[in-house]
Amino acid sequence: MIKTENVSKRYRLGQIGGTTLREELQRLSAKVRGKEDPTRMIGERDYQAGETFMALDGVSFEVKKGERVGIIGHNGAGKSTLLKLMSRVTAPTGGTIRLNGRVASMLEVGTGFHGELTGRENIYMNGAILGMTKKEIDAKIEDIIEFSEIRQFIDTPVKRYSSGMYVKLAFSVAAHLDSEIMIMDEVLAVGDMAFQKKCLDKMNDVSKTESRTILYVSHNMNTIRQLCERVIVLDHGKIVFDGDVEAGIAKYIVTTDEEKLNPFYELESLKRPYGMGTYYRFCGLTFEHKESAEYSDNEIINLLLDIDAQRKDDDLFIAVIIKNKDDTGICFSGISQKITLLEGGNRVSVRIPVDLLEADTYRLHLELISFDRYGKSLTYDNPFVSFPFKISKSGDSLIWPVKIYGNVRHHGITAEVLI
Amino acid sequence: MFNWNGNGTMDDYKIVIDSKHRLLDLHLKETFQYKDLIFLFVKRDFISKYKQTILGPLWAIIQPLLTTVVFTVIFGRLAGLTTADVPGEFLIPGFLFYMSGNICWAYFSTTLNQTSNTFLNNSATMGKVYYPRLVAPVSISISNLISFGIQFAMFLLIWLFYVIKGGTSIQITPMLLLVPLTVLQMMILSVGCGIILSSATTKYRDLAMLVSFGIQLWQYASPIAYGLQLVPERFFNVYMLNPVTPIITTFRFAVFGFGYFDLTYYLISWAVSLLLFFIGLILFSRVERTFMDTI
Repeated sequence: MIKTENVSKRYRLGQIGGTTLREELQRLSAKVRGKEDPTRMIGERDYQAGETFMALDGVSFEVKKGERVGIIGHNGAGKSTLLKLMSRVTAPTGGTIRLNGRVASMLEVGTGFHGELTGRENIYMNGAILGMTKKEIDAKIEDIIEFSEIRQFIDTPVKRYSSGMYVKLAFSVAAHLDSEIMIMDEVLAVGDMAFQKKCLDKMNDVSKTESRTILYVSHNMNTIRQLCERVIVLDHGKIVFDGDVEAGIAKYIVTTDEEKLNPFYELESLKRPYGMGTYYRFCGLTFEHKESAEYSDNEIINLLLDIDAQRKDDDLFIAVIIKNKDDTGICFSGISQKITLLEGGNRVSVRIPVDLLEADTYRLHLELISFDRYGKSLTYDNPFVSFPFKISKSGDSLIWPVKIYGNVRHHGITAEVLI
Repeated sequence: MFNWNGNGTMDDYKIVIDSKHRLLDLHLKETFQYKDLIFLFVKRDFISKYKQTILGPLWAIIQPLLTTVVFTVIFGRLAGLTTADVPGEFLIPGFLFYMSGNICWAYFSTTLNQTSNTFLNNSATMGKVYYPRLVAPVSISISNLISFGIQFAMFLLIWLFYVIKGGTSIQITPMLLLVPLTVLQMMILSVGCGIILSSATTKYRDLAMLVSFGIQLWQYASPIAYGLQLVPERFFNVYMLNPVTPIITTFRFAVFGFGYFDLTYYLISWAVSLLLFFIGLILFSRVERTFMDTI
């Protein structure tokens, strides 16, 4: 059904994007005079002429009819580039992709929706953009409206829709395409859980009953598990794994773990949303006495926080949120203890015992909050970055499948025999 | 639909995507297969253009009417430019004269202007999904054709009024049949120039700024606001090489039943139009493959 051979895609570095004729002339004259390129941004890396970046580098695989393949990898691994090439949005630099059958690509929800048109008109529009003829849409329009759950709004212009309704309508169109190959990029990331489930079921269904081939990119491992029967793991433009879903996800997570566990972060110059960090600002975070943020579960994480304060306040709390690598919250702490900050620079020590946490990589999030007299929380600063750290087991203990048992080892549960 | 048994040969793959560009791979057949999309684009343009306006499609009539009035006053009354294409005494109402040139020019310039931005304006959808890129300029030329149709109908009403009223030199001749041909040529020429420009603007945005200015100059280089008689003898040969000029004069020749018509210049104009269109198609199909990387 799909056969890609040695596909590669090269992007030029340094001057991506449109250039104006003037810039081109300036560049040329600077080159002639042997001066520096005047159009380059200050601080931009000096890329040599012809220096390039391989978004995809020799990717070959084959997909059979009716297969449901998940494509996973980090940001920048080349997933979206691969889907773009397959949906013919742009052409590869080398190699060949052969496809058999009509391709319905959903790289974005609601491509081509026009705000002024009604839901019904947009179904025709969207269907036609995805390659359906009017006749085919006529035959399916009832099913599409039914599936979308928004029948009562179908003759309202979509500019009045909520984003959820928008997604439902867009997905319904794509799900009812008469295509042999369906290409999707994270389209399920939006929409509520119930509808997500409905979409996954629908895709499973069409794949089985109509032998439709599905290529699906996502960062959400749960939807990959539910939908796909095979995964391809991409890393830096190359295929590093191709096969069983669980093994592939494990491989992907291992490559995630290789990220740097920095012991120090400079936070002062970090851009925040408006209003954050105005009165109180996190300026630095240090995992104390560590070369990298790796801990054994019998250790205690000692954090040193540098906080700049514009005024004195004795009613502040440091909120610590620990999430796992899927970005699911594990625990929260901080409201139990008030701290007092003085005007100017402050240094705060935070101690986090981690004996409850299983061996895994976690992410720490920080917020500086206070509560008004009605008990409503007010966030003074949130740097909106996470600080990864790793916990390893100290002693021998039972094997702990984190996916099933969870990240927290509860020590307080007791049992006794009564009779 | 496809007879696939899982272990077919290479020939079973219908779509091949690779880095090679074939010079004459213009996707014309594919574009035709997407005719429903073309129709929907036309409908979308029409709806979104007149939505939330009080007068709606009436604007298609009001705009050229106002321009014609302005032309009649400024070029006709104040500047007193000639409206004759050929020497001699002919009576055509100035209003009809300016209107005939205006509706043609309005179609040509709008289509050229809009198609020259094809890639920039459609990058949102074209960056996410494949459809033959030519669908966009083709649908633009058709949706402008609707406006032109409305304007031409109004022109015919006024024309008919003058014909019945009498007292003009207008004659109804078989030459009227030339009208569809000139309209077709306008479509080909405007889309041709438009897609050449759109291919160039993906790399050089400056051109987009130049286009509207260039169109204005082009208008003055074409006999819209004046008759051919204004053109000095020694520039005449050069002047007639402007492919728009024979279109306009032929259009007037067709509707008024007299005027300037020279087969050589007319054929040259057709040849230039077709040539530009063909060059445009080749450039367009070349750029459309990877324009998303640079836009």
